Amino acid sequence: MNAINKLLTSAAIGLAVGVTSFSAIAETPANMLVIANRIDDVTTVDPAESFEFAGSDISRNVYNRLVNLDPMDLAAGYQPDLAESWEVSEDGKTITFTMREGVKFHSGNPVRAEDAAFSLQRAVILNKTPAFILTQFGFTPENVAETIKADGNKLMITTDKKYATSFVLNCLTATIGGIVDKEVVMANEADGDMGNTWLKTNSAGSGPYKLDGWKPNESVTLSSNPEYYGGAPAMERVIVRHVTESASQRLLLERGDIDIARNLNPEDVAGASSTDGVKIEDELKGRLMYLALNQKHPVLSKPEVRQAFKYLIDYEGMRDSFLKGQYTIHQNFLPATYLGASEENPFSYNIEKAKELLAAAGVENLEVEIGVREAQERIEIGQSFQNAAAQAGIKVNITVGTAKQILARYRARELDVYLGAWGPDYPDPQTNAGTFAYNPDNSDEANATGLLAWRTGWDAGGLTEKVEAAVTEGDREKRVQMYLDIQKEFREISPFVMMFQQIEQSALRDNVMNWSTGQAVTSAAYWQVTK
Amino acid sequence: MAETQTMREWLLAETPTSRRHAKISALYQGWLSFRSNTMAMIGLGILVLLVFIAAAAPLLSPHDPFVQDLGNRLAPLGTDGHIFGTDSLGRDILSRLIYGARITLYIVALVALIAPIAGLLVGTVSGYVGGWTDTVLMRITDIFLAFPRLVLALAFVAALGAGIENAVLAISLTAWPPYARIARAETLTIRSSDFISAIKLQGAGPLRIITKHIWPLCISSLIVRVTLDMAGIILAAAGLGFLGLGAQPPSPEWGAMISEGRRFILDYWWVATMPGLAIFTVSLAFNLLGDGLRDVLDPKAGE
Amino acid sequence: MALTEDNNQRRPTRAPLTDQVWPFLRTTLLTLGSIAVTLLGLLFITFVIGRVMPIDPVLAIVGERASQETYDTVYLQLGLDKPLMVQFFYYLWDVLHLDFGTSLLNARPVSEDIARVFPATLELATIGIIFGVVLGVPLGVLAAVRKGSWIDQIARVVALVGYSMPIFWLGLMGLLVFYGILGWVGGPGRVGIFYVDVVPSVTGLILVDSLLDGNWDVFKDAFSHIILPASLLGYYSLAYVSRMTRSFMLEQLSAEYITTARVKGMSEWDVVWKHAFKNIRVQLITVIALSYANLLEGSVLTEIIFSWPGIGSYITTALLSADMNAVLGGTVVVGLIFILLNIFSDLLYKVFDPRAK
Repeated sequence: MNAINKLLTSAAIGLAVGVTSFSAIAETPANMLVIANRIDDVTTVDPAESFEFAGSDISRNVYNRLVNLDPMDLAAGYQPDLAESWEVSEDGKTITFTMREGVKFHSGNPVRAEDAAFSLQRAVILNKTPAFILTQFGFTPENVAETIKADGNKLMITTDKKYATSFVLNCLTATIGGIVDKEVVMANEADGDMGNTWLKTNSAGSGPYKLDGWKPNESVTLSSNPEYYGGAPAMERVIVRHVTESASQRLLLERGDIDIARNLNPEDVAGASSTDGVKIEDELKGRLMYLALNQKHPVLSKPEVRQAFKYLIDYEGMRDSFLKGQYTIHQNFLPATYLGASEENPFSYNIEKAKELLAAAGVENLEVEIGVREAQERIEIGQSFQNAAAQAGIKVNITVGTAKQILARYRARELDVYLGAWGPDYPDPQTNAGTFAYNPDNSDEANATGLLAWRTGWDAGGLTEKVEAAVTEGDREKRVQMYLDIQKEFREISPFVMMFQQIEQSALRDNVMNWSTGQAVTSAAYWQVTK
Repeated sequence: MAETQTMREWLLAETPTSRRHAKISALYQGWLSFRSNTMAMIGLGILVLLVFIAAAAPLLSPHDPFVQDLGNRLAPLGTDGHIFGTDSLGRDILSRLIYGARITLYIVALVALIAPIAGLLVGTVSGYVGGWTDTVLMRITDIFLAFPRLVLALAFVAALGAGIENAVLAISLTAWPPYARIARAETLTIRSSDFISAIKLQGAGPLRIITKHIWPLCISSLIVRVTLDMAGIILAAAGLGFLGLGAQPPSPEWGAMISEGRRFILDYWWVATMPGLAIFTVSLAFNLLGDGLRDVLDPKAGE
Repeated sequence: MALTEDNNQRRPTRAPLTDQVWPFLRTTLLTLGSIAVTLLGLLFITFVIGRVMPIDPVLAIVGERASQETYDTVYLQLGLDKPLMVQFFYYLWDVLHLDFGTSLLNARPVSEDIARVFPATLELATIGIIFGVVLGVPLGVLAAVRKGSWIDQIARVVALVGYSMPIFWLGLMGLLVFYGILGWVGGPGRVGIFYVDVVPSVTGLILVDSLLDGNWDVFKDAFSHIILPASLLGYYSLAYVSRMTRSFMLEQLSAEYITTARVKGMSEWDVVWKHAFKNIRVQLITVIALSYANLLEGSVLTEIIFSWPGIGSYITTALLSADMNAVLGGTVVVGLIFILLNIFSDLLYKVFDPRAK
């Protein structure tokens, strides 16, 4: 009887699945979340190394951090995660975290202060690309055993000088703050790599999801962690599928083969929004579009020329046409929603004004090369700029190349003009201030390729000290004012033409609730999503 | 009337009076048989039209192909003043197509010059000299043949930087090996023929034999092959443009136009379709022409 | 034929045996040698291209934010400070041990990646070539037999349109119509998302794996996904195959022996299929092999449009991000297949065509 029942049920399910797959509109299973996204930037899923968008999405859902951001209330800032509480010493240099009790890794091992200490030490010792987020506090492979210490269920972190506590904690919400399972990781160590090779393609976390598989340029599969301390997530499986074309993503969404499409262009968003069962959600992201004018160029380094370029951008025209709905005008280096972000956008599209400035600088027959990465929206921004510049008598030659090709020349200070995009690394103003307006040594020998100001050959015009002062200021109000002042000066004198801030438009099936891509401060979260 | 009649008679004379007469007469007869092939004539007509359009682009195009108008972007087909609509930056698609014809012709002409000549050189030398030279040259040809074509082109463009000239070089680089093979095969047959031996006896050197006697005989089969390959070359250039490695913006290269327009394929299908049709028409024209030429020049192919 | 060979080998005397074996051995060795040389050249050129390319492999690994220190460490790790030839010999040494290295970008062995992406292309190319041959050969034969008729004209138009159509445009339009509007076929990707990883991967070919597993749902779903891109690719080989078939058939049909056969009163069917077609088999197989080899290179554009994780887009992505280990591995595999298919058709020539001996 039982056996027959089983057989019938499975036959019915089989039939249902078979039929749905060929019926007009398919539907994904109720406990499964299917997302179309571009995941070709994932090169590793080791939290000590992972640094790109899609990789950070994986980390956010697989690894807990000491403190974390709540996808349902991102404005609240950092909240306790694996650390239940923390105290700051009187000199402001040591933070002592008390670990949450009873949390387990996916392996079943308990999460201890020792694991937390190991994870942070490991990130410093491995010294991969994102390590600067931690090493800016004075941690080095040599001193890390002293500065990051576990004692019972307490974790002590000692910085080299006093920083704003919010700055330190904000940095710990970044991907690199992910806490890994020391026992599992060290069991998979090879040639003293602290498990780096293994963690590149495997996971050892305590988060709401575990990584089932990552097929490069194909898919990422996550399954839920029913033991998750915050409660088992509603979506038992999450599949992120690599779909490059916007049109393909939209077709998949409209047919109901996926729940969320993350890379629709403005035209497809407009088209999809009129489809039954599809809704669009906007989130302001931290990504900024800017032009960088090389200060090693004899003409571009003239103050009037720098100013003139800021009037050669058709801000409104672009925002209202090919960038429609996906970018908003933003002329400051701190993204809106960041502490101290300025809302002032004084520049507008004004060819005459630009011509005056160019004439004042005595510029004639200027011809410059602009490097653009081969993404359609950037190529169009480039062409719009080229068009405007031509009207002011500047000949702009566009060179389109792959990301790595163009970037390499920018880092080598070879490009006249670079059309760039920059996303903050952690939710603190220092993340952008420390790269746009900070350059202690502008010489070629300094080779500070990590700093945008250096790449542009700009000595930061005296802003370096102000940035340094702002980052150690403990008083929140004062700190905000300091950043506003820095941005005001930056707008006027810098060789950066800040143009737009990104709005991510996700297209969702209308039964998907609580979706969050992390706004400007963090990455996408899946565990709070319901259908 | 009588004048043309005699001209025709002269051209079709059974017994040519001079070597030049014989040549011209043969050409004319080829032309007659070619002319009777309607499809091929259509192909030729399209190509002549293309050359005309490219030459008269500034006169023909209703707008400046580079002038942007963000307020009037993605205008549909048949809009006033923009019969083929406008693209993402509000530029007139028809004008861009017209100017794009120049780029297409430029690509076609350059590749048609470089690849077959390189192939001819390698192939005839390889076939005539033989021995080690043959082995080495043919090994190199094999290596290039075995390369995934687009990868080779991509790598080359990536190495030299994107741009139309580099795209042409890259495509030529992938296109020459088959020509070398054909030329070699032809050379091998010609080399052992009696008339070459006769010329050798007269004391002609290898250079003279290759350039004066072997090349002319290889050319007809090469021309056919090149014409048939042209479509592939245009498509390859468009493919490079599609991947962002061909002509640089704002150049109205057709492949790049498709690439720009494909983002709107679902709602604004004409933006990508118009250049797609242009590429299709020109490729088809080359194929029709090639088919016809094969009948005339290469009768042993049996068509 | 097989029988005589058998007899020869059983002959007790020694000298004739070596006579038999030596030419065979010699040919084999020469063939193997030429494969090796071609592959070596292929590798070397790819290697050089990879090194002179201005895309920075170090940057591909460490990302935009890396400090110079991190950059330098990785630079040394990759051995980029060594002379080009030294780097090449290191690489060659590894390849001889069947180690294609690790992908710079995703930290996996390249061989593992290729084992994943190649079956996807193989599946697509195989269905495509079947489509092309099954429709293309009869079309070509028919066009030749009825030369000049309407069917010949249609065949010509079908083929020339196939030659002339930009595939990325056709692909996008096909997707829009057959998937987006009509819903007849599956969308981008190899299978629907809830069938991902449902059947165990034995061969990597989902159609085969699902059959082995007896899972019809997956098979149907995979088939509905492959049919559109495969017919697109199939159309291109159809164009080529039908054109070449027609050409070969015309040559045969105008030959004297055909006239003789007709005079003898043989039925037209027998003339066409038993005589003419039989004689073009070898040429045809060469054409098909070439066409198949082209499909196996992976059509980058088709793969991008259909989100098909095949070898074409794998090599392209790798190339554009300077992941040279992946590019080299992919190129070797594709090149090897091309060479092997070439040798295969050469062998067929020798076996079937007495003149080629």
